[in-house]
Amino acid sequence: MKHTLYILVENHAGVLSKISGLFSRRGFNIDSLAVGITSDPKISRITIVAQGDEYVTEQLEKQLNKVIPVIKVKSLDEGTFISRELLLVKVHCNASNRTELMKVAELMNARIVDVAVNSITLEYAETVEKLETLINLLKPYGIREIVRTGTVAIEKGTALNSK
Amino acid sequence: MISGAQIMVKCLEKENVSIIFGYPGAAICPFYDALIDSSVKHILVRQEQNSVHAASGYARSIGKPGVCVATSGPGATNLITGIATAYTDSIPIVAITGQVRSDLLGRDVFQEADITGACEPFVKHSYLVNDTADLPRIFKEAFHIASTGRPGPVLIDVPIDIQDNTIDEFEYPQNVNIPGYKPNTKGHTVQIKRAIDLIQTSSRPVICAGGGVLTSGTKLKLVEFANKTGIPVVSTMMGIGVMPSDHDLYLGMLGTHGKGVANRAMHEADLIIVCGARLGDRAVAAPDQITKTSKIIHIDIDPAEIGKNIKTTIPIVGDMKNVMNHLLDSIGDYHVPALWADTVERWKTDLFRTPPKFEGFVEPRAFVAKLSEMLPSKAILVADVGQNQIWCANNFRIKEGRFLTTGGMGTMGYSVPAAVGAKFARPDREVVVVCGDGSFQMGMNELGTMAQNHLNIKIIIMRNDRLGMVRELQKKNYHEHYTATFLDENTPDFMKIADAYNIPSAKAYSNEEAERIAAEMLQKDSSFLLVCYVNPDTPSI
Repeated sequence: MKHTLYILVENHAGVLSKISGLFSRRGFNIDSLAVGITSDPKISRITIVAQGDEYVTEQLEKQLNKVIPVIKVKSLDEGTFISRELLLVKVHCNASNRTELMKVAELMNARIVDVAVNSITLEYAETVEKLETLINLLKPYGIREIVRTGTVAIEKGTALNSK
Repeated sequence: MISGAQIMVKCLEKENVSIIFGYPGAAICPFYDALIDSSVKHILVRQEQNSVHAASGYARSIGKPGVCVATSGPGATNLITGIATAYTDSIPIVAITGQVRSDLLGRDVFQEADITGACEPFVKHSYLVNDTADLPRIFKEAFHIASTGRPGPVLIDVPIDIQDNTIDEFEYPQNVNIPGYKPNTKGHTVQIKRAIDLIQTSSRPVICAGGGVLTSGTKLKLVEFANKTGIPVVSTMMGIGVMPSDHDLYLGMLGTHGKGVANRAMHEADLIIVCGARLGDRAVAAPDQITKTSKIIHIDIDPAEIGKNIKTTIPIVGDMKNVMNHLLDSIGDYHVPALWADTVERWKTDLFRTPPKFEGFVEPRAFVAKLSEMLPSKAILVADVGQNQIWCANNFRIKEGRFLTTGGMGTMGYSVPAAVGAKFARPDREVVVVCGDGSFQMGMNELGTMAQNHLNIKIIIMRNDRLGMVRELQKKNYHEHYTATFLDENTPDFMKIADAYNIPSAKAYSNEEAERIAAEMLQKDSSFLLVCYVNPDTPSI
């Protein structure tokens, strides 16, 4: 089962290694991890997408809470949050299929950020599912390189959320 | 102007640290230099690992953090096993290490080791100090973190230039403010109410007490609760001492090497009140089996322990003392049904076995039982790891004293250094080590520390020329393929070793002899080493 959570941590050197070390040490499988500072520069926010049943995710939260520089751990329920991941993808391209690729980009709302003689690079910030769709659509053209940031997630505003 | 090293010493003074255990080296020299002018006494151990065990024995005997010090590189890495032991056994330790100059960090210079990285899985928290001005805050936080909540080791790694740099003045912070560290000490009232309801409707309740009861200073309250309700008590290895061993309601240690009656009570119970115990695999091998027939109330200061090893009906996160007081106030006149009390009482006699004796050898279980009668009520017994540990756990009749051993990590070589720490903490108490010939040889370099400080520690070696516990495992599970568990060809004459340190010694081949020598040695106000020859076929339980 996929599980999204975010952690607020003190923005110190070494905190990320404490968090990532904990995952491997306790045998938690993570799909993605993204980190960046918040509006308070002393605090960073880490978004984690992990796999595991109820037992695993409960333990995960509790173990994260034990890490001293961890200020808050919040597990996000399905449907209560917006999540995005940024993808940069470089695809083989030549004069004969460039228009076709542009159509794919347009169809998916991906931005073309670089064009070269034999490649085209797209930027795409969407849900993981949509990222997968785009990647699948691009595969037949030959993908040269993919870079992904990992998922970031934010809770929906309270007005939209019945809770 | 004050240097980082002087600040470190001042911080220790502010924390009322009177004694530290350590081993010097180049990268921690400024600290040692500053120590000369201080009231803090330094005890030189003979290997860095033992400084942590000594600090652990000290902390457990006195109830405040133990402090150990080592230099960078190999000094620091030698601490790791000690730190890991303290972590698993939840002992408050502040470990201070010297580190190479901060501008050289990461260049693999002489005696450089990434000790904060290496210790990451075994510390409650760690610091690599990068500014002398941060030292007071870091020390304040370290002592706070080590000793509050679930206690554990905190490591402070201080590069030598940080120790040398000066700042204008020293000011020790009054308070700590760590946004991510606020242990919940008060149990949730509603949960406690639910627990009370569950206890009152239970017909076969058992209390399972762990080390948390001792750490939180709740043992008298626990006894009061048990007396009031008549609920029988089993303990984990770390919980030995929560009740006097001869108390009617105490059933002994549970687990793979525990007492039959304790395990039987756990299996037949309809409610288990787990107090400050994590119920590791050696305590409860098949938790799912137990939860099929029993409900679980789990009280622990560490939320992560609840539900980790055993499914819980009612979790209560909080300090054991607060929760136990609350339970005592609210339990009313509940008393366990007579049928259950009688059943448990009957098992106690049914399941009691007198160990068979081997001629020409000391029967260790009988001797340990006898030894507990001979010792003063508040004596501290330190058991090592292996068969000696199980013999002690099951047969030492504790009164008001302490039983110290490493139940969680099971680190051989713990007993002698831990006894050194315990003796410094409680110089007025009799401190006795029981170890095997294997475990003694892992910690015997501390005879040097004992001799240098004229300590009065009695060491009893159960010598069977075997690594007995592994041998037992090989017998049961590996078709009697005995490999690497024989010590006899090279086991030294321990009496000669004791003699080298001017420690008097004797050996015994029978219980009568052992008891006679023990009685004599307990009259003396100095260390003594007693070698008891034990038949290699003597089982653990």
